[in-house]
Amino acid sequence: MNSVQLKRKILNKVLDFLAAFSVVIALAPLISILYTVVMEGLPAINLAFLTQLPGPVGEEGGGFGNAIQGSFIVVGIASLIGLPIGILSGVYLAEYGNNRFGRMVSFTADVLTGVPSIITGIFAYILIVMRFGGFSALAGGVALATMMIPVIVRTTEESMRLVPDEIREASLALGIPPWKTSLRIVLSTAQFGIITGALLTIARVSGETAPLLFTAFSNRFYFDGVMNPVATLPVMIYTYALSPFEDWHTQAWGGALVLVSAILVLSIGVRFAAGRKYSGGM
Amino acid sequence: MQEAKETSVKISVEGLNAWFNTNQVLKDISMDIAEKRITAIIGPSGCGKSTFVRCLNRMHEVVPKARVTGRVLLDGEDIYSADVDPVDIRRRVGMVFQKPNPFPTMSVYDNVAAGLRLMGVRDRARLDRVVKKSLEMSALWDEVKGELNKSGASLSGGQQQRLCIARALAVEPEVILMDEPCSALDPIATAKIEDLIAELKKDYTVIIVTHNMQQAARVSDYTAFFFLGELIEYEATRELFESPADKRTEDYITGRFG
Ligand SMILES: Nc1ncnc2c1ncn2[C@@H]1O[C@H](COP(=O)(O)OP(=O)(O)OP(=O)(O)O)[C@@H](O)[C@H]1O
Ligand SMILES: [Mg+2]
Repeated sequence: MNSVQLKRKILNKVLDFLAAFSVVIALAPLISILYTVVMEGLPAINLAFLTQLPGPVGEEGGGFGNAIQGSFIVVGIASLIGLPIGILSGVYLAEYGNNRFGRMVSFTADVLTGVPSIITGIFAYILIVMRFGGFSALAGGVALATMMIPVIVRTTEESMRLVPDEIREASLALGIPPWKTSLRIVLSTAQFGIITGALLTIARVSGETAPLLFTAFSNRFYFDGVMNPVATLPVMIYTYALSPFEDWHTQAWGGALVLVSAILVLSIGVRFAAGRKYSGGM
Repeated sequence: MQEAKETSVKISVEGLNAWFNTNQVLKDISMDIAEKRITAIIGPSGCGKSTFVRCLNRMHEVVPKARVTGRVLLDGEDIYSADVDPVDIRRRVGMVFQKPNPFPTMSVYDNVAAGLRLMGVRDRARLDRVVKKSLEMSALWDEVKGELNKSGASLSGGQQQRLCIARALAVEPEVILMDEPCSALDPIATAKIEDLIAELKKDYTVIIVTHNMQQAARVSDYTAFFFLGELIEYEATRELFESPADKRTEDYITGRFG
């Protein structure tokens, strides 16, 4: 083996090692977070924790049942508002947005994606809370939807643009009107990209605390109508973690474990959706 | 053109010009296309064959900055007149593209049923019947009958092309435009498609673009030779191949260029 080959071999080994080392550095915080959440949260998890209302201050027991229910409701409201608006806008941009207005909307969506979540909270506060005179599940949903929409718009637009023009032509040539071609054929061809984007966005907003603090606020009881405040996991974790009580800290860890698990399930759902090549439905 | 008079005219093209942006690719084309006959379009690559057939179902205008002038009469009615909806024209004049383009996220069944479904047909028995019949006509049924639920994109290129033919047939157009439908097919599948085309003649007016001279001679009743965007010669197929009137036609069919 001559010296050039030897040098290459050594360089290869060094780079391999550096790459592996970087991966460990990058993964370490994630693994450490997951490990801590599981170790600290697991003792709090039991049926009562998942289903019961929080106990009165100073008493043992009680659960996060209302927060789990509330998170589902607020994220549900956000999805009901955000998904249709986001997807339809994305379809519009991809199919008809090749003009100044379209490019302006795309750019605005990009800017909105970077707006800090607390600002969207203030937006919903002014729009809903101030107008209707109180914190509400609806306000929380609107705040989260405001965060979702720009991301959904852009992922939908990008996924639709990836669909080759031949597919559009095939559909138009069958005598399918342009709007149906966009909404039924192109959208269905782009569905995996869109579903992936939607699930990731839902996962992301499920963990948001700041915009919920002054919109959905919190509640010691179960959901009581969209115009009333509602407990959510992130806000509940926040409140319990800042409290002076030891057992509340444990419960905060329990809430964190539930939240992380839900987000993990969504992310696995993304892998599943992206891995599936085809679905029979139209 | 003698024989064209024995049958009625399905499509009458009058002074058709077509552009991509500023590039004129069809120049003053006029021709009558006979009903329930097979008309072949031949000519060297880039001479405007695809563009021509796309002008017959208003697909040319789908390309940004593409433009058409002139008249195309379908059963005597100008498809380019202002009150005509291109969607209606495309329903009546179906098309098979040069490159197979099945809907990739749909199953074989859904691909064939797509046109009818999106026109509002929900009757499952009718859809089943049409899907089977269309796949049989396009000579694909035997190969896919056990796996109608598998993805259309998982078929081979030749099978995909036959799937596209079945998809076009399923909506029962009056005219079928085929842009080199056999370019991706092996000789056996090609023979099947040629049989199909002969069969289609009973009910449909067929216009087929082909690079294959033997194919044009085998399947078509009339042949039009295009060159550099112009219609050079249009005759009964036999006549055009046996005694071409134009030197350029003769050069092309004898393989001296193109
Ligand atoms: N989408 C397009 N945009 C701009 N120019 C185009 C486009 N499609 C075709 N052309 C041009 O129009 C002319 C005619 O093209 P057309 O596709 O009709 O030829 P063709 O006879 O079908 O060729 P082939 O046998 O290779 O399929 C060509 O010169 C081509 O460069
Ligand atoms: Mg062509």
